Amino acid sequence: MADRVRNTPEPSRELLSEADIGRVVDRIAHQILEKTRGAREVTLLGIPTRGVPLSVRLAERIRSFEGVDVPHGALDVTLYRDDLRLRGARPLGPTSVPSGGIDGRRVILVDDVLYSGRTVRAALNALYDVGRPLQVQLAVLVDRGHRELPIRADYVGKNIPTSHSEKVSVLLREVDDRDAVLLAGGEPQKPSTGGDK
Amino acid sequence: MSREREAVNSWLIKNASVLGRRNADIAITDGVITAVGEGLDAPEGAEILDASGLVALPGLVDLHTHLREPGREDAETVESGSRAAALGGYTAVCAMANTSPVADTAGVVEQVWRLGRDAGLVDVQPIGAVTVGLAGEQMAELGAMADSAAKVRIFSDDGFCVADPKMMRRALEYVKAFGGVIAQHAEEPRLTGGAQMHEGEYSARLGLAGWPAVAEEAIIARDCLLTGHVDSRLHVCHVSTAGSVEILRWAKSKGWRVTAEVCPHHLLLTDERAATYDPVNKVNPPLRTDADIEALRAGLAEGVIDAVATDHAPHAAEDKECEWAAARPGMLGLQTALSIVVKTMVEPGLLDWDGVAERMSRTPARIAGLEGHGLDPAPGVPANLTLIDPNASWTVVPNELASLSRNTPYSAMTFPATVRATFLRGEATVLDGKATK
Amino acid sequence: MITHLLSAADLDRDTATLLLDTARQLGAALSGREVKKLPTLRGRTVVNLFYEDSTRTRVSFEAAAKRLSADVVNFSAKGSSVSKGESLKDTAWTLQAMGADAVVIRHPASGAAHRLAQWVDGHVLNAGDGTHEHPTQALLDAYTMRERMGRLEGLRVAIVGDVLHSRVARSNVLLLNTLGAEVTLVAPPTLLPVGVESWPAGVEYDFDAVLPKTDVVMMLRVQRERMTDSFFPSVREYSRRYGLDVRRAGLLPDDALVMHPGPMVRGMEIAPEVADSPRSAIVEQVANGVLVRMAALYLLLSGEKGAGE
Repeated sequence: MADRVRNTPEPSRELLSEADIGRVVDRIAHQILEKTRGAREVTLLGIPTRGVPLSVRLAERIRSFEGVDVPHGALDVTLYRDDLRLRGARPLGPTSVPSGGIDGRRVILVDDVLYSGRTVRAALNALYDVGRPLQVQLAVLVDRGHRELPIRADYVGKNIPTSHSEKVSVLLREVDDRDAVLLAGGEPQKPSTGGDK
Repeated sequence: MSREREAVNSWLIKNASVLGRRNADIAITDGVITAVGEGLDAPEGAEILDASGLVALPGLVDLHTHLREPGREDAETVESGSRAAALGGYTAVCAMANTSPVADTAGVVEQVWRLGRDAGLVDVQPIGAVTVGLAGEQMAELGAMADSAAKVRIFSDDGFCVADPKMMRRALEYVKAFGGVIAQHAEEPRLTGGAQMHEGEYSARLGLAGWPAVAEEAIIARDCLLTGHVDSRLHVCHVSTAGSVEILRWAKSKGWRVTAEVCPHHLLLTDERAATYDPVNKVNPPLRTDADIEALRAGLAEGVIDAVATDHAPHAAEDKECEWAAARPGMLGLQTALSIVVKTMVEPGLLDWDGVAERMSRTPARIAGLEGHGLDPAPGVPANLTLIDPNASWTVVPNELASLSRNTPYSAMTFPATVRATFLRGEATVLDGKATK
Repeated sequence: MITHLLSAADLDRDTATLLLDTARQLGAALSGREVKKLPTLRGRTVVNLFYEDSTRTRVSFEAAAKRLSADVVNFSAKGSSVSKGESLKDTAWTLQAMGADAVVIRHPASGAAHRLAQWVDGHVLNAGDGTHEHPTQALLDAYTMRERMGRLEGLRVAIVGDVLHSRVARSNVLLLNTLGAEVTLVAPPTLLPVGVESWPAGVEYDFDAVLPKTDVVMMLRVQRERMTDSFFPSVREYSRRYGLDVRRAGLLPDDALVMHPGPMVRGMEIAPEVADSPRSAIVEQVANGVLVRMAALYLLLSGEKGAGE
């Protein structure tokens, strides 16, 4: 959802640099290995757009640390969103579930920003239409607070307390031109309708 | 307008532009014009009407009106259609025969004629059917209709073509006995089965079966030849194609007694109108192309096409608010005809006001054999007149039209020229742009 | 997005591409899943208003709507008088009162979908109107071609048969042209409309000459009533000149695709060996139909202005 950054004229401040993001991804990869005892039965599912490259990076880190090949894929949640009638039809993102499926797997959903929790809610619904995982965990690069649903992340790259009027934008090389986490705005604006990050 | 109207058929119309040529007063006494000139005194008991800025024409004559009575009084009656005609500047209309029952006997034509007299807004001249029930198989009693009180002179199966060449030849020959004329709806039915619109670019795109120009032209050519062969009179209804104009020009060059009419909608609208699939644009013959419009306008200016006729065809809502193919063809025309002629012919300089009088009054009256109509204002002539404001404009609002039906394709369009007054034998049927009864 | 899908001309290149991309993503999202259903259109009502028998199209739209969790009402109007126009307008008012969010209409009169769209507030999807258009058929054909050939841009497509009466041909010519394909119409001149020269497509009478220069050949259905109305002398002659028999199929490039919107007249339009060969896409055309119709419903129905609150 960080396409939004291109429409953001106000000056923004860098919260995480490219190097910071690299360290954060390393740390989450280690935490996953630790918490899942060597990433056993783990399947990573990135939520498009930027959750997908993040899940790929996590899988790469896990392989380089422990030599484990973690199945990873993409899970688009657009068709499960609760705000389609408010915001109009959006192009769908890709969905690709690894060939082994997710039944009996420890699925880790990966997204760039955790905010209202509505995206994760949609992802959980989407996930249960795909199969029956053993367990579901959530990994995010940034948690900016303001939850509207009882949802929390198992792995958090960085907690960034924000106001509603601020915008957090995650840039990733695979999608954007560089790696960075930016914070913009701060002046009062209309409250979020949810689903925003 | 609380003035007592019934007794008044004496007028002094002051300072009208007569035929758009010279300003003059017109004095009317007991329904007859008594003087035309400057500074006239009002006849005794006359009302005075200031016509400054208005053009005075002989009352318009429509060769082609569908009044729907008897049979479809929900769509139009002789009275409502007569009112629309008067508001359009007409003092006489020829009522087509495709009523229910069909006007194919002396009884039906006399009924229509009497209804017109009773309404008293325009002279309603019935047209008789050529064949019984318009079926094209057995000739109707043309002589009986001619001898009836209605004195029918035009015969037409309009709505259908007299397609059988032998029937057409016989009809043309037969009406010579009483000075009749066959008004042909030129449409070769074998080329228009299921046809919905002009065959061309739009029909191809819209998937509507095409009505090819040649289906009209082939019949016109055949009938011109037949007319020449039997030395009778042919009138061609609603000419719609450039090719038809050429054939008519050729036929007239032979000296054959052929006349033709064009409808206002064929001078203005094209087949592009079908793209909305709103059947208000469905008419027979169909709207055609820009090239046809250009040829029709030129033909009308030149006189190859003799007259403008409305083909006023009211239809009830359920016959138009439906799928295109299920809709009946036809559109209202009486109240918009003059304005469209002004827009398409006068404004571009193709006709002047005298030309309008020629194409919409004098010539159609002559074709129909209507006595007392189509005569320029002059002493001794019945006071059938219309007064037109050439500088006014108006916007068509379907619900404000006098017809019982609403099927006008001109909704929300703005046109030049308004009819301010119409006089039928000295009686004002329209005053201040409103019908008097 | 567009409000209605009445004609393939309603789709510009971006919208048409978005629709095909969406269909593809939907296919990926649903493949191999236990639950073949998405909650996207929960609580919305889609009416299938069919004035003609067309089981395959109706079932395809019904499956598409149901997989998006819409409520589906099948309104079979066949047998009710079509010659009396009130029925369509009255039906439109009924659907309006029902609060139909979308109406899928199949009707024997060209332009019926346009008329309906003038009378109802919901979205109208044209599922075939007379001899006018059938835009979702064109979408599924384009989708099938893109999946099989990998592209549409520059693809040489021959559409063969009764172009005059074919809504499939009209929609395909418009859509394929929008998407960059080169369309050639092949038919006896009697089965091409006057005015076809204004279409964005070439015209050829000689099928054999076209085949070697063709990437996709689409065979149109020839309806039985044409056979007795002087459009061509006999079924045998038609088949000989315009049927896709084994010899003709051999003139196609090796990787060429054979399509037919169905139902086929085997033997007359297409030889059974050709229809059932691996180069034929006739079966996947059916499966792809559900995906493109899901995509169309999704793009038309989500994000209605003023809805939701």
